[in-house]
Amino acid sequence: MSMYRQNILEHCKNPNNFGNLFSYNIKTHSHNPSCGDEIEIKLKVEKNKIKDAKFQAKGCAISLASADILLDNIKDKSLNEIKKLNEKDLLRFLEVEINPARMSCALLALNALRKIK
Amino acid sequence: MINVNKLKEDFPIFNRKINNKEMIYLDSAATSMRPKQVINKIKEFYEKYNSNIHRGLYTLSEEATELYEKTREKVANFINADKEEIIFTKNATESINYAVFGYFSKILKKNDVLLLTEMEHNSNVVPWKLLSKKIGFKIGYLSVNDSKINLKELQYKLKNKKVKVLSITHASNVLGTINPIKEISKLCKKYNVKLLVDGAQAIPHIKVDVKELGCDFYAFSGHKMLGPLGVGILYIKKDFSKDLTPFISGGGTVLEVTKETLKFKEDHERFEGGTPNVADVVAFSSAIDYLNKIGMNNIKRYDEELTKYALQKLNKINDIKIYNNNFNNRLGVIAFNLKNIHAHDVASILDEDGICVRASHHCSMILHKKLGINGSVRASFYIYNTKKDIDRLVNGLLKVQKVFRE
Repeated sequence: MSMYRQNILEHCKNPNNFGNLFSYNIKTHSHNPSCGDEIEIKLKVEKNKIKDAKFQAKGCAISLASADILLDNIKDKSLNEIKKLNEKDLLRFLEVEINPARMSCALLALNALRKIK
Repeated sequence: MINVNKLKEDFPIFNRKINNKEMIYLDSAATSMRPKQVINKIKEFYEKYNSNIHRGLYTLSEEATELYEKTREKVANFINADKEEIIFTKNATESINYAVFGYFSKILKKNDVLLLTEMEHNSNVVPWKLLSKKIGFKIGYLSVNDSKINLKELQYKLKNKKVKVLSITHASNVLGTINPIKEISKLCKKYNVKLLVDGAQAIPHIKVDVKELGCDFYAFSGHKMLGPLGVGILYIKKDFSKDLTPFISGGGTVLEVTKETLKFKEDHERFEGGTPNVADVVAFSSAIDYLNKIGMNNIKRYDEELTKYALQKLNKINDIKIYNNNFNNRLGVIAFNLKNIHAHDVASILDEDGICVRASHHCSMILHKKLGINGSVRASFYIYNTKKDIDRLVNGLLKVQKVFRE
């Protein structure tokens, strides 16, 4: 089945969470040297809950859509909850199968979140 | 002339489908497909000759040794070298490493300069960088403009007496550019600079005569020219091999080892430590037979015909950037990007239609940086490709653009 299903393309073309966050308390970053893709995620955390999240990135459709969908899914979650997110959770959010060769694209945003101490 | 439809029947892999579609393979610059003649030879070796070589004093081993050494002779003839000048390795990368660490590690000194170009594959960059870290010599890069290096710049740089070695690809794995090795080697001789040529991309497509080229080392692999995976070749000019350290040493390389002494064999066997990849080397001889039967001149002509057709067709696509649009002195390797669409997405969507292309920096990170991009899509052709394959590629690319437009 195609990875480029409507929801993926939709999130890539019209992302909900793309942009800069001026008031934030966590900033994290991830980079995939093999393809040059890069992402920066900013989070606004209040009372241990994610109040807002935005990303800025350059990358392929899979990495951009994956970042947008991931951020949709972390809002109002606690920091501890998002630190526990794994590949399986991400794939569940994406609702599409990712080819093995493209997993590193799909994981770009999650890898940035994983860096939060 | 090449009768592609008939020739294609020799390649069993083209019977398979990708995502229920006819497979269009456009990644021969990464590895070629193999004809049944080569595949059968591997099977034949294991069924009839399987044994270790250079060791057994029995018929089976003697026959296997003969097949292995006959292949060395065949490879030598293919590039107009002597069989003593051929070392089998596992791939072109290992061949370059062999030359770098077995030979140049003794030649290059702290204040020397090694020249590379901006179009080198990482395999012709990384080993040198590693050695440079150890010894401290500097690495200079010939610039690439309009997909070419400039012989005037080379001459200017060669005048620097510190320059001792030039290591350059015969043809770019991204731009397809064929470098004028004959002219380059003349300049190198004039300035007493040693020349290593990375032939991995060029030799599947054009006739290579190492004497005519005038290089000191020529590294290539069998798997890009219809041979099995796991066979590399290093040509080393006769006068140089006496100074080549057996970099992969061990069993099979020595005359005598005692607690106090070490005496290597006199011939090329001293360079190939351990049990070699005998079956695949032997099968590589069938690949050379196959290429010889078609004729390298016919292969080159067909490559040019396909490339010209592809460039004409691809250039009709809106918002495509092709990184080398020259028709001449190039191979059937075309790198490009579609505006605002990531190379990975292009390759993945083409794959849905059974079209195999490469998308990345193709292990040429320095060149991609120079081009100002992180990656590109690459289509590369070989003797089994047709104009129809190129039409399918073009239609696939139009579909990719449609997916992102809608």
